[in-house]
Amino acid sequence: MELYVTELSKYIIACIMLIYTVQSFLVFRYRSEKKRSGIYLRQSVFMFLLQIACLVQIVAATGNIKYLLFGAFQIIIIFAILIMYNIIYPEGNRLIINNMCLLLMVGMVMLTRLNYDKAVKQFIIALASIVIGLFIPELIFRFDVLRNFKWIYALGGVFALGIVLILGSVTNGSKITYTLIGITFQPSEFVKILFIFFLAAALYQDQSIKNLFLVSVISAAHVIVLVLSKDLGSALIFFVVFTFVIFIATRNIMYFLICFAIGGVSSLSAYKMFSHVQARVSAWLDPWSQIDSSGYQITQSLFGISSGGWFGLGLFGGTPTTIPFVEADFIFSAIAEELGIIFACLMTLVCVSTFFMIMSEAFHLRDNFYRLIAVGIGVTYIFQVFLTIGGGTKFIPLTGVTLPLVSYGGTSVLTTIMMFSIIEGLCMIRQDEHYEAIERRKRRESRQEELENVRYR
Amino acid sequence: MSDTDRKNNAKPLSRKKRLYPIIFTCAFFALLFVGMLSYTCYYAYSNRMELINNSYNGRQQILLAQNTRGNIYSADGDLLATTITDSEGNEVRNYPYEKEFAHIVGYSTNGRAGIEALANYYLINTSIDLAEKVTLDAAGQKYPADNVYTTLDVNLQETAYKALAAYQGAIVVSDPKTGEILAMVSKPDFDPNNIESEWSSLVSSSSNTQLLNRATQGLYPPGSTFKIVTALEYIKENPDTYKNYSFTCTGKFTVLEDSISCYHGTNHGTVDLYSSFAKSCNSSFANIGMGLDKTSFAKLLDTLMFNSELPLKLNYSKSYASCTEDISNADMMQLSIGQGTTSITPMHLNMITCAIANDGVLMKPYVISEVKSADGKTVESFGSSEYKRLMSEEEADILTELMEGVVESGTATKLKGLSYTAAGKTGSAEFNSDSDSHAWFTGFAPADDPEICVTIIIENAGSGGEYAVPVAKRIFDAYFGV
Repeated sequence: MELYVTELSKYIIACIMLIYTVQSFLVFRYRSEKKRSGIYLRQSVFMFLLQIACLVQIVAATGNIKYLLFGAFQIIIIFAILIMYNIIYPEGNRLIINNMCLLLMVGMVMLTRLNYDKAVKQFIIALASIVIGLFIPELIFRFDVLRNFKWIYALGGVFALGIVLILGSVTNGSKITYTLIGITFQPSEFVKILFIFFLAAALYQDQSIKNLFLVSVISAAHVIVLVLSKDLGSALIFFVVFTFVIFIATRNIMYFLICFAIGGVSSLSAYKMFSHVQARVSAWLDPWSQIDSSGYQITQSLFGISSGGWFGLGLFGGTPTTIPFVEADFIFSAIAEELGIIFACLMTLVCVSTFFMIMSEAFHLRDNFYRLIAVGIGVTYIFQVFLTIGGGTKFIPLTGVTLPLVSYGGTSVLTTIMMFSIIEGLCMIRQDEHYEAIERRKRRESRQEELENVRYR
Repeated sequence: MSDTDRKNNAKPLSRKKRLYPIIFTCAFFALLFVGMLSYTCYYAYSNRMELINNSYNGRQQILLAQNTRGNIYSADGDLLATTITDSEGNEVRNYPYEKEFAHIVGYSTNGRAGIEALANYYLINTSIDLAEKVTLDAAGQKYPADNVYTTLDVNLQETAYKALAAYQGAIVVSDPKTGEILAMVSKPDFDPNNIESEWSSLVSSSSNTQLLNRATQGLYPPGSTFKIVTALEYIKENPDTYKNYSFTCTGKFTVLEDSISCYHGTNHGTVDLYSSFAKSCNSSFANIGMGLDKTSFAKLLDTLMFNSELPLKLNYSKSYASCTEDISNADMMQLSIGQGTTSITPMHLNMITCAIANDGVLMKPYVISEVKSADGKTVESFGSSEYKRLMSEEEADILTELMEGVVESGTATKLKGLSYTAAGKTGSAEFNSDSDSHAWFTGFAPADDPEICVTIIIENAGSGGEYAVPVAKRIFDAYFGV
């Protein structure tokens, strides 16, 4: 009996995920949130079906009822979140909220399977983050003055990163965390948001060469501090965000190409200068010859991805725990092993649809400051997804960043939820712009009518 | 989009400008992700077998705990390897033919070898129906993993095994038209049923080579069998005039102070290419070798897969033959008669012979024909496929003619006058200074429409014609049922 459940649920889970993913792209067929509401409703339904199917699979495999209770609790909370968002921010973008909840859910399922205690901890952090996140859209909407603080963002960012560099404890060879009143932070995560605000505030009006140079110098300061902290993943993310924001602010492909070239040269010199970069690259090029040392992680990750097949081994059916740091850096491999490559790819596509939606918001925003913020957040998010999954699948060298919302990591979850909440705020601003525009048009039309009436008279 | 938007963007140009970098960014990442996900799926799927077989991958233990290792069958369905489970649930791998299939079927404890290694992925995965799994689960039994069907012919394998008798050496039998490996014997051997208990003595010293599959991993001087290659090069260089070749053998051929002697110093008199080949005249072939174009010869060695990979999935050694521009006279003469540093595996020689038998085209050798689930569903089947053309059809015909001459009037006359016409080449490869030699034979039958190709090496036996040819005859006889 259990066997029927575990075997069939594999296909059911992949199927539900497929339907969900298709919905998250069908959304783009419609322009207005109102027309999309049917899709959103379906998404929520499939989201819960997915969670239930995964829970059934877990219980069938382990026979432990505690997972069921934890899962039920998660479902209730996520249900509450969806309702709350709908009530508080009826004008928000629900695709981003739905996708956020789905990714959190998948992450929770996988963490529950990998490490129950960490899953509980992660859940509490996610919950707290969402509560904090509920205030953010309103703040963004209210405080238009946010655009005036570029120097505060710049100094705050460099300062926070600098502190970590000096005081930070060493984790896995990189100085990336420090502990404050018992809680370990990874400030580079928060600084991402500050950095995006800095770029937007500095570039929304002035795209002169002089200003671009100034912005580049300050951005370079961020990146250099990160490189010195040996946090190469974050350094790369900052650099890529800088590149795309400059490109979209100036609308000039030349700047994009120049940044690309500079990025290439700096990567090369980083490779020449740092032995840990060389180690990463050689473990990427040929992990098999160093399988018992620096290639161990990546080869174990590849074993995991490959052994799952298209539909996975089922939750608790594989051995993803053989991959070091599986909860944080290699969650994708664990998902591929137990839920299948198809599922893992679909999940990645859900991330891509979130990115598209953020970019679509950026596209429709009229205010340059907000648009650049949206672009910055979108690129930060999708590039981080790319680095994690690409690193775990041997597509690119390993950088050791987390998969936003899915991986274990409190700071990462909090930051991502904050970023998505900012997008929700931008959504409100866009709609406000839209209404204002309608108002303006009406006023203009009525004036025209008056004029015409005058003429006829 | 409504009129509203259009009107508010009074300047359509600025809107288009705004549009393009964002679209570009989306497209950039979309492409990046499509590339990454395609790569991931492709990599995981195409490497799934190597990955599961990797000794650092603990996941095969899960499969072994869940499934009973599958069976290996011969082409006509005889059981070659199976797993016997006793009443307490202990599993023992059993090989009914004991030593006879030792190297080709291999073993699966203390590491893996042979087909057990090659087909490991199939032998530990199961494709039975879910309903059947549920029944087995209820009974508390493991699932039977998939079974592997091979191209091996029990009759030929047993004949070859017995024919090699107490000698050390190897035999490869294959079908030149399909690439099917019909039999593969290597001696000294071992009993795979006792691999665990005998393991420590099997690996105790480097001089113990019982585990080595000499058919694919043993590197031997090819001796006179290499004259096939030298003759092929001569024919390539002299397509119109090779028939006019003439040489007077005095039992010894000397260039400056380097010389080559014929086997046992035999004086062959005046010979053409045909009789040089048939009688395996070393002096004549050293003479031919001295006249060959070295660049072109090196190219031929490449084509014939010397110093390079073979299209073979079993573990094998790379054969070695070198012809450079500045090769010394002595080395060139040695090369022409397959002595000196030149070395070849019996499998490689068999592949070259197969190509001659199959009008110049080498079929990819394979030994696994089908994988079936325990309840009889075909999981995967493997057919024959062309690897590449090693020589032209004409060249293959000429070589066949030369090889028929060996049987007709040369060193392999023990195969003459039978119900089938065989073609082949013998070799007596000297491997030490005392002129002790390995006996070689490689050939096929029937000569006009080859069905079976045999390569034999018998270590330290004597001349090929004397020792290897009778073995070939027994195998041909077994195949043709005479």
